Amino acid sequence: MNTLRVLAMLAWRNLWRNHRRTFIMLAAISVGVWAMIFMTALTQGMVNDMIEDGISALPGHVQVHHPDYRDDPNITNLIPIPDSELSARLEAAGFDRWATRIKVPAVITSERDSRGVMLLGIDPSREQGLTFIDESDLDGRFLESIEDGGIVIGRELADTLETEVGKRVVVMSQNPDNDIADRGFRIVGLFGADMPQYEEGFAFVGKQTLQRLLGVGDFVSEAVVMGDDYRDVTADYERLQALFDDSVVVQPWTELDTYLGTMLEVMDGFVLIWVIVIFLALSFGLVNTLVMAVFERVREIGLMLALGMRPSSILGQIIVESMLLLVIGLAIGNVLAWASIEPLKGGIDISIVAEGMEMMGAAAVLYPQLRMEDVVLANVVVLVLGFLASLSPAWRASRYQPVEAITKVD
Amino acid sequence: MSAVRCIDLCKTYRQGDEDIKALDHLSIEIDNGGFVCLSSPSGGGKTTLLNAIGGLDKPDSGEIWIDEQRIDILSKGELAELRLRKIGFVFQAYNLIPVLTARENVEFVMQVQGVAASERREKALAVLDEVGLAGLEDRRPSEMSGGQQQRVAVARAVVSRPTLILADEPTANLDSKTSDGLMDLFAELNENHSTTFVIATHDQRVMAHIPRLVKMLDGRIVDDIQQTAA
Ligand SMILES: Nc1ncnc2c1ncn2[C@@H]1O[C@H](COP(=O)(O)OP(=O)(O)OP(=O)(O)O)[C@@H](O)[C@H]1O
Ligand SMILES: [Mg+2]
Repeated sequence: MNTLRVLAMLAWRNLWRNHRRTFIMLAAISVGVWAMIFMTALTQGMVNDMIEDGISALPGHVQVHHPDYRDDPNITNLIPIPDSELSARLEAAGFDRWATRIKVPAVITSERDSRGVMLLGIDPSREQGLTFIDESDLDGRFLESIEDGGIVIGRELADTLETEVGKRVVVMSQNPDNDIADRGFRIVGLFGADMPQYEEGFAFVGKQTLQRLLGVGDFVSEAVVMGDDYRDVTADYERLQALFDDSVVVQPWTELDTYLGTMLEVMDGFVLIWVIVIFLALSFGLVNTLVMAVFERVREIGLMLALGMRPSSILGQIIVESMLLLVIGLAIGNVLAWASIEPLKGGIDISIVAEGMEMMGAAAVLYPQLRMEDVVLANVVVLVLGFLASLSPAWRASRYQPVEAITKVD
Repeated sequence: MSAVRCIDLCKTYRQGDEDIKALDHLSIEIDNGGFVCLSSPSGGGKTTLLNAIGGLDKPDSGEIWIDEQRIDILSKGELAELRLRKIGFVFQAYNLIPVLTARENVEFVMQVQGVAASERREKALAVLDEVGLAGLEDRRPSEMSGGQQQRVAVARAVVSRPTLILADEPTANLDSKTSDGLMDLFAELNENHSTTFVIATHDQRVMAHIPRLVKMLDGRIVDDIQQTAA
C-alpha cells in the first residue's frame, strides 16, 4: 500500500519532468482515442441507419413463416395455424409489439400503367411503430381497420401510375387455386419513405379485405415481433420459438436478411480493427517515450535499487507512469469525443456525398451513435494494450544493475 | 560478533586487453560497532569493496558475511531487503533522486520500509537539521550545491538507524567545518547506537578521526592500523 503510494508519487513527478514530451504524448493519446470513438460513432450511425432501414422493410425483428414461404412467398405458403389462434398465442406470450400479416406479390393497375408490388394485408391498429410508414408524412389517411376497403401506396408508385388519392386502382393477385383474384381499391393514402424503393415496392390494404379477396379464410403469411433493440433479438427469438412446433419457421432478422446480418457482424469486427490500428500507431509513441524515459533514468533507477527498492517496484513505477499517461490521455480523448459528437446528435447532412450511397441503403442524414460498448471497448483496448506495451521498457528498467548505474561517473 | 566479514574476495575487471584486479584475495573482518576507514590512492578498490559488502556487486570469488549471514549467495530480492533494513549508503557519485525534495529523499528509504508519514517527516526534519540543512528541506537536488546534496545523502543513510553504514567519500565536496560536523555525527551514532561504519576516503582529516585505518592498494590491504582516538 505504502509502496504503491511512493510509486504513484514518483511516477507522477517523473511524468511532469519533461513537460514537452508528456504533452506531446498526451495529445497523441487524446487525439487517437478521440479518433477511435468519433469514427466508431460515425460508422455505427451509418450501420445503424442501414440496418434500421433494412429492418423496416421486413419489418419485424423476429418472424414466423410457413417453412416454404421464404423461397416462394406465394399465397399457398401460409402459416398453417388460424390467425385467431396465432394472435392469441402472441398476445398470451406477452409480446409488446407484434402483428400478423398477409404478404403476397400483386400487380397494381391504374388507368395509365401497372406495376408489381409486395401487397400487405395488415391490421392497422397493430402496425403502430412497426412499419416504415411515418403517419406524419402521409397524404390522405392511413388504413383504419382490417376491413378497410382502401389502399395505401407510396408516392413514387403513385407518380409512376400517374394516379393520386381518391382515384381507384385494380389489384390483381392469385388465390390458392391459382386463379386470378382481383378487385378495385380506392387510394386513401400516399406514404413517403426514406428509401425510394419502398415507395415503389409496397402497398397496404386491410388484412381481412385481402383474406376475403384471396379466399384464404382466417390465415396469414407471417407473424412478426418487434423488440427494443435490433442487436438483441435472441430472447424474443427463443420465446417465439417456444410457441411453435416445426410446422413453421421462426427466424430473426439476421437470417431473414443475411446481407444486413452479415453487415452488422462485419461492422462490429471493423470497429475493433479500427480501434486496434489506431492503438498500434499510438503504441509506437508510447513505447518510445517510455524507453527514452527509462534510459534517461538509468542512474536514479539504479540508486533506488541500491537503496533497497525491489526490482518489482521499479517495474511497477514505470507501469504506473505509463498508466497515468494513458488514463489522462483517455480522459481527455473521451471528453473530446463526447464534445464533438454531442452537437452532431441531430444528424449530419451528408446528402452531397450520399447520392451514390442510397442504393447501399444509407440515408442522406447521418446520425452518429455514441454507444457505451464502443467507448468502453476503445478505453479497454488502450489500457490493456498500453499496459502490455509498457511491460518491456518497465522490465528492462527493473533489470538494471544498481552498481553499474551508480558508480558511473559522468 | 563481527558485523562484516570478507573472506578471500577477488574481483577482476577487464579494461581493454588488461585485467584489473579491483579486489585481490582480500579478507577483512569488522566488529559490531566498528568504525573503519578505507583509504587508498584512486583506483585502489575502495568502492568495489564497499559495493561488495553492500550486496550491490558480486565478487568473482570469496565470501561475504553480514551479521553472520552469508550474503554473496542471496538473490536480488533478498539483497534489496537486506540493504533496505540493515544498511545505510552514501554513494560516491550519484546519490539523490532528482524528482524528490531533500526531505523526500531522506524519507525515501523509510517510505519503502513502510514507516508512517508523520514519523517519517519528523525524523527526516530532525536529521536534516543535524546535518545543517534546516530550511532547505523543500529544495530539489538541482537546487542545492554538491556539498548540500552530499549532506542530504548522509542524512538519508543515517535516518533509519541502520546497523551498518557504508559511506563512499562522504566528505568530498564539503568544507572542513561541515566535514568535521559530519564526522562528529558519525562518531556520535557509532558511540550511542553502536552503528558500524565503513568509510572510504582520501581525506586526511577524516582519516585522523577514525579508530581503525585500513590502507589499500591495487585491491589488497597493505596496512591495518588501530589508531588511538584523536
Ligand atoms: N565497472 C568497472 N569496469 C571496469 N573497471 C572498473 C569498474 N569499476 C572499477 N573498475 C576498476 O577497478 C579498480 C578499482 O576501482 P574502485 O572504483 O574500486 O577504486 P576506488 O578506490 O574507489 O577509487 P577512487 O578513489 O577513485 O574512488 C580501478 O582500477 C577501476 O578502474
Ligand atoms: Mg571510489
